[in-house]
Amino acid sequence: MPVDYRFHLAVGSRFENIELVQVVLKDCLQRVGMDDDAQHWVDVAVREALANAIKHGNLQHPEKQVQVDLAVEGDELVIRVEDEGVGFDATQLDDPLAPENRLRPNGRGIFYMRSFMDDITYGSGPGGGTMVTLRKRFAGPKTEPSD
Amino acid sequence: MDVNKRQVGDVTIIDLKGKITIGAGDVQLRNAVQEVMNGGATKVLINMASVSTIDSSGIGELVSAYTTATNRGAKLKLINLPAKVSDILTITQLITVFDVYDSEAEGIKAFS
Repeated sequence: MPVDYRFHLAVGSRFENIELVQVVLKDCLQRVGMDDDAQHWVDVAVREALANAIKHGNLQHPEKQVQVDLAVEGDELVIRVEDEGVGFDATQLDDPLAPENRLRPNGRGIFYMRSFMDDITYGSGPGGGTMVTLRKRFAGPKTEPSD
Repeated sequence: MDVNKRQVGDVTIIDLKGKITIGAGDVQLRNAVQEVMNGGATKVLINMASVSTIDSSGIGELVSAYTTATNRGAKLKLINLPAKVSDILTITQLITVFDVYDSEAEGIKAFS
């Protein structure tokens, strides 16, 4: 039987909580059999999503929470990160590769997410904040060892 | 992240170890660069050999370090880039902005 991988975490808006999510994420990525390189890039992409939720969505108010859902859906790992902010327009982002933006200290997070995942989409979560959905295909869930 | 600063002749070397990520390593990198710049360093190597993870905030701090050094008339170079750090600099076309060398000796020699 395929293992049903899913978890839900709610963390306060502190950057140190990114490490907490990463511990759980790493365990899940290993369970689904993702190779080390892919694990690294998913790790970075999720860091960016969490950092954006904490910094731009929740404005680092520690009482505001970031909801993280991870699930295996078919041959995809699906990670949803939702904040309690007012939302934003993901189509209105500067191109970090444009010469005039190349030496800016910020503005690369979503570009990295798009580079490292197979698909990312932005929308509104049930609470009205921004919800980013990150998808990464993998070989398929490992099966549970038979006892 | 661990930061160590040392001097080899007139070259200041900043050794970084661990994660350069938002809220932790990025701030330490910024402080380390400011410290050596305020101390008058004009030739700076950042040794990335032991950097395990870098995110966009860490990349942003590297860019800020580069522009700070350049604006002060100093030179800042990167040495010993791990493959994944090189990859993340490459996809945002920053690998061509920085002077990158494969070893400390090559980096030091490049200042002369």
